[in-house]
Amino acid sequence: MSEDHGEHLGFLRRTVFSVDHKVIGLQYGLTGLVFLFFGFCLMMLMRWQLAYPGEPLPWIGGLFSETTMPGGMMLPEFYNSLGAMHGTIMVFLGVVPLAVGGFGNYLVPLQIGAPDMAFPKLNAASYWCYFVGGVVMLTSFFVPGGAANSGWTSYPPLSDIATTGQTVWLFGMVALITSSLLGSVNFIVTIVQLRAKGLTFFRLPFFVWAQFVTSFLLLLAFPPLEAAGVLQLMDRLAGTSFFLPSGLVVSGMPLPVSGGGNPILWQHLFWFLAHPEVYVLILPAMGIVTEIIVTNTRKPLYGYKTIVGASLFLGFMSFLVWAHHMFMTGMGTAISNFFQVTTMIISIPSVIILTVLVLTLWGGSIRYTVPMHFALAFLPMFAIGGLTGLPLGLAASDIHLHDTYYVIGHFHYVVAPGTLLALFAGVYHWYPKVTGRFMNETLGKIHFWGSFLCLNGVFFPMFIQGIAGASRRLHTPTMYAHAQGLQGTNVFMSYSAWILGLVQLLFVINFFWSLKKGRQAPENPWQATTLEWATPTPPPHGNFLKEPEVNRGPYEYSVPGEKEDFIPQNV
Amino acid sequence: METTGYGWGFPPSLSTQSPAIDQLINVVHWFAAVLFVGWGLFLLYSLIRFRAKPGQRASYESAKSRLPKYLEIGVVLFEIFLLIGLSFPIWSKYKSEFPREQDSLVIRVVAQQFAWNIHYPGRDGVFGGTDPRFISDADPIGLNPDDPAGKDDIVSVGWLHFPVHKPVIAHITSKDVIHSFSIPVLRVKQDAVPGMVVPIWWEATQTGQYEIMCAQLCGVGHTLMRGFVSIDTPEEYEVWMKEQESYLETQPGGQL
Ligand code: HEM
Ligand SMILES: [Cu+2]
Ligand SMILES: [Cu+2]
Repeated sequence: MSEDHGEHLGFLRRTVFSVDHKVIGLQYGLTGLVFLFFGFCLMMLMRWQLAYPGEPLPWIGGLFSETTMPGGMMLPEFYNSLGAMHGTIMVFLGVVPLAVGGFGNYLVPLQIGAPDMAFPKLNAASYWCYFVGGVVMLTSFFVPGGAANSGWTSYPPLSDIATTGQTVWLFGMVALITSSLLGSVNFIVTIVQLRAKGLTFFRLPFFVWAQFVTSFLLLLAFPPLEAAGVLQLMDRLAGTSFFLPSGLVVSGMPLPVSGGGNPILWQHLFWFLAHPEVYVLILPAMGIVTEIIVTNTRKPLYGYKTIVGASLFLGFMSFLVWAHHMFMTGMGTAISNFFQVTTMIISIPSVIILTVLVLTLWGGSIRYTVPMHFALAFLPMFAIGGLTGLPLGLAASDIHLHDTYYVIGHFHYVVAPGTLLALFAGVYHWYPKVTGRFMNETLGKIHFWGSFLCLNGVFFPMFIQGIAGASRRLHTPTMYAHAQGLQGTNVFMSYSAWILGLVQLLFVINFFWSLKKGRQAPENPWQATTLEWATPTPPPHGNFLKEPEVNRGPYEYSVPGEKEDFIPQNV
Repeated sequence: METTGYGWGFPPSLSTQSPAIDQLINVVHWFAAVLFVGWGLFLLYSLIRFRAKPGQRASYESAKSRLPKYLEIGVVLFEIFLLIGLSFPIWSKYKSEFPREQDSLVIRVVAQQFAWNIHYPGRDGVFGGTDPRFISDADPIGLNPDDPAGKDDIVSVGWLHFPVHKPVIAHITSKDVIHSFSIPVLRVKQDAVPGMVVPIWWEATQTGQYEIMCAQLCGVGHTLMRGFVSIDTPEEYEVWMKEQESYLETQPGGQL
């Protein structure tokens, strides 16, 4: 099934147009990191505007064109573009490609003892689709009118009547969605078909389970959005009006469309994707954190079946909660009660997963490595993100909190201090396997504490702002009386964000410096049990020297009577 | 415009429904805080107590305690209470249990980029018909000039006046894109969706002048889409109505 991976392939075939899952995984990972950094830079510009509205951006303000920042002052349309593109880039070009494309591609075949993905060429196609979609997204900054500026949610009619950038955004999205679809099919088939001998489903490392559930979410949630994207393209280009009701009057002029559409339809289709998408961001992160916590606690995972069950249930429920994003669209009581109930139900598996992970620590022998720092920090951050979801899931409290900074705080706690810390944990943890060298510990710890503190400095004040009623997506928040007393928090958050940016440079330095100068790593540097550590370092084409055979569950640590405190799965 | 009473914590709470909403938000946060602190202390304790020490191995057995199970059951029960005890009643009061129209002030809110048009039915209590065809600079909501019911209608742009202690029923809609009609001090929020008319209601408990915000991104001027509410005493409200009516008389179409 797998491709010929012979070393006779030329340089380009080995590094750029490779079909080896590890090379594709690294391509996804590195591209994702670059996009993440770019999305972060957009956000740093927004944070300048929020801290000092009405003041020109010093130094770099002059680098921008007169149509976006005349005299270094940010125009509202540019602010809106930054917001929409930051959101889109972070979600669709940064975190998902890193978590699924990067970690999933690299690790899943290794952890299940397979030589490659089931369809290596499809895998490459999925990466290139993503790459093209990403490049299309970025070029949109240069089209007349600038990049998309209707929010990452692109609600029509605003998005239907927006500038050309929106069309480019839609083309980009269609490419990205296609890429995810191709990828998810590949993951599902690989996990079902290519597991090593003896590797039953209940011997899979939890990370593989997490990727498995994630793939189903991608497979089932993306088609509706892909369809919706195409419909919106037709509204914009072909004069249809799927999302436009009759009788619209824009800037005093009747809009020349046939009408008869409904803007709420878009929201249903969008959130039907975008809620499961949250779990696409979070599940792989949970998978990474679980592997790292178990390895560094030196004891089996508390309640393996419980956590697997909880994540399956989480995946299933994630399709039944989408309309809790739409309480303010005019929903009646019966249907809103339904979505409030499902939303409360979905909080339960999250509570269970967190409980399982802390209980795993009990009775352990915890090693505080750098990846363990990041993985442990994920737990309280995700807890805050999850708990602040409760008042948003109750329609009555959502009346006050909807569309305020509280929402921004809530989901960033899940995706930034939560998921991003988990992804960093994963990079530090598997770096020795991929490169044969460790990353520097001291730099890693400074990176950790700097990130941890600054992330909280950026996001915690958002809850305070939200309770005070401060609306999100405002170019000049100080216009509003009730936001003026809170302007100090905006300044504080912006400094936290910029320092956070500086701290990330330590990571970049560490990443490249360690490639050449890092301490050499053996095959199984953390004394872990799962199959990826049973390969040579770095793993060669085809992964395993001889086909592995699995004899036990994934986390046999500290088994009584054994000399070593771990027994690899293939022993 | 009042600028006092704002700052950290909730904005002033000026409607009959806002105490319940604030209370719900407070209860959820106390619940979250207790859970988080308890869980966090357990986490910290485990991290310190079970750090690796030379010569000591982890135990293969997992922790045995029924506590997590009780905790999870506790969370479930409390969430049921949040739903049935607090959220459902507040929401259905806001969404379904409308006051009688005779006892209320009934208005229409027509959002547009980037302004709030408030349509009052006037003395006859009947809204004049509207149609997008009639929209012009002079008439932002498109009142039908041939409809007698519309002759005494008042359209106020950016200012929403209403009397204190009297329910207000507002029918929210939009001419162009989706906006969101939000008055933080009243704990009122409703998306203004073109093609849809959604009624909401509130009753203010104090007079004063406050902001209306647009809570949904609606384009370049989104930040500027600020309006004002003036919660008047009945006398002040009457004075304001009179002013509007005398203004109408100077207009060609309007007559009383
Ligand atoms: C790590 C540092 C990050 C910071 C400091 C940050 C900051 C911000 C800020 C200031 C906004 C604008 C809110 C507004 O317009 O009022 C925002 C919006 C947003 N962010 Fe982030 N963000 C970060 C990471 C992320 C990540 C990792 C994701 C997703 C995986 C993400 C997804 C979003 C989305 C979807 C929006 C909404 C955009 C919209 O309104 O259309 N952000 N963020
Ligand atoms: Cu608006
Ligand atoms: Cu707006």
